[in-house]
Amino acid sequence: MKTRDAMSTGWGARLALWAPYLWLSLFFLVPFLIVIKISLSQAAIALPPYTPTLDVAAGWSAIKAFLAGLGLDNYRTLISDDIYALSYLKSLEVAAVSTAILLAIGYPVAYGMARAPKRLQAVLVMLVILPFWTSFLIRVYAWINILQSDGLLNRVLAALGIIHAPVAWLASDTAIYIGVVYSYLPFMVLPLYAVLEKMDETLLEAAADLGAPRWKAFWQVTVPLSLPGIGAGALLCFIPITGEFVIPDLLGGSDTLMIGQTLWTEFFSNKDWPVASAIAVVLLVLLVVPIAIYQNLQMKSVER
Amino acid sequence: MRRLSAFNMVSVALGLAFLHLPIAILVIYSFNASRLVTVWGGWSMHWYAVLLEDQEMREAAIASVAIATISAAAATVLGTCAALALTRLGRFRGRMSFAAMIYAPLVMPEVITGLSLLLMFVAAGVDRGFVTVTAAHTTLTMCFVAVVVQSRLASFDRSLEEAAMDLGCPPARTFLTVTLPLIAPAVIAGFLLAVSLSLDDLVIASFTTGPGATTLPMRIYSQVRLGVKPEINAICTILVAVVAVAIFAAAFISRRAQAGEAAGLAGK
Repeated sequence: MKTRDAMSTGWGARLALWAPYLWLSLFFLVPFLIVIKISLSQAAIALPPYTPTLDVAAGWSAIKAFLAGLGLDNYRTLISDDIYALSYLKSLEVAAVSTAILLAIGYPVAYGMARAPKRLQAVLVMLVILPFWTSFLIRVYAWINILQSDGLLNRVLAALGIIHAPVAWLASDTAIYIGVVYSYLPFMVLPLYAVLEKMDETLLEAAADLGAPRWKAFWQVTVPLSLPGIGAGALLCFIPITGEFVIPDLLGGSDTLMIGQTLWTEFFSNKDWPVASAIAVVLLVLLVVPIAIYQNLQMKSVER
Repeated sequence: MRRLSAFNMVSVALGLAFLHLPIAILVIYSFNASRLVTVWGGWSMHWYAVLLEDQEMREAAIASVAIATISAAAATVLGTCAALALTRLGRFRGRMSFAAMIYAPLVMPEVITGLSLLLMFVAAGVDRGFVTVTAAHTTLTMCFVAVVVQSRLASFDRSLEEAAMDLGCPPARTFLTVTLPLIAPAVIAGFLLAVSLSLDDLVIASFTTGPGATTLPMRIYSQVRLGVKPEINAICTILVAVVAVAIFAAAFISRRAQAGEAAGLAGK
């Protein structure tokens, strides 16, 4: 016990804590406070493009003037214009539907992997992780190749006689769903596999011995036992999909935008930094509950 | 009794095919001689030659590799420290907020991370460019390194460290000669993950970059928006190949480390 104390109170341990702590405070926490502050400012034609800016050196009166200049105008803009509410709804819809599809596709894959011979499992896990290491952008681009009007999918379908005229796959919700499901599948399969692989097979045998049919044993034993994996996989997919930009931008249509695209447009095209910040703050508020749950799961899994 | 039913095999096979076919198609078409992306005109390296002459693409690649290497190195040090703090310091004050800052960036939508970092750089009056992108990538990837290293530390036999210290080895030296070699495979894996995440990132780099620091994904993105081009297939294939080599190297290193450990134990 004494040795352990020596290790945790030495200067090395303190440095190990403070270096990442300071870095993340500076580059993760402080930036959020600034986003909140700018979401209360007004857009201006200036550098930086918002007012008021705080000048602490000018004393109390400057700070008072600064505080008086803040307001909720940008949030009123978010409420008054339908485009924002529609973007948020669209994002949540895409995230919810894709998470459901991912679960439906990912579960049988993870289940099959967990039942494969042990020697093969390491290879299968590697094959699932491999695309995760390949650039996101490249994976989305690969689908543009396949889905474009004279692309492979239309050619194959035409050759099979299923379609007679090329189908416009790109710039549609279908393309967004294909892209999202493809990109996030490893995030769903791996947590599911991790719990299914550890599952005690004797429980299923017990269920069978007691006369439960296989589908019933699956629903009443396997599924409840894999709930932690389902939860982790669903959160790992749902949260980032909600804020997704690249996939809807390259594969989706221009009629309804997801919130990530709306934020991007406000920032890069309209140069309205305060409204972009307000969008980010509201998105974060929407995601606080799932993020908190995710964090809780992570902490628990570390303590175990 | 484990049974692999036909349904299990088919679902795994279909799942893997879905994950790998699109990339395979992309790689094959990068060797297509035809200018039309969808018509097969025979095998050719033509588009790789075109790529070599693309000055802007080359500059973007150099910038990306430099940013990825520097940010991954910094992220590996910071992330390993964070993992040690999380697993070794018990319940210190501020542990909750520390853990929150480690896990939140993993799932935080990139547009929020990118926007907030940019606004911070602007508020601080920092010139945007190479340095700001590198700092932004360090912030994101150190959290991934922390998680990878932490999982190794969690399954780590502390009695070896305790034995070293009982024999009078000072903590710093114990760390360097006992702990670090044992967690090295995870640290290396974390570093490689950080490199690939940095090379991959479009959104955060777009927010935090400035004049003169266009990364490879930004360059590819601006080309892709104009439509599919055979050169893009070629650059994507090169990136896939680089990542594949890195992964197999990492797998080889960790397998050798494991074999070494096993041999060491058998020798005792």
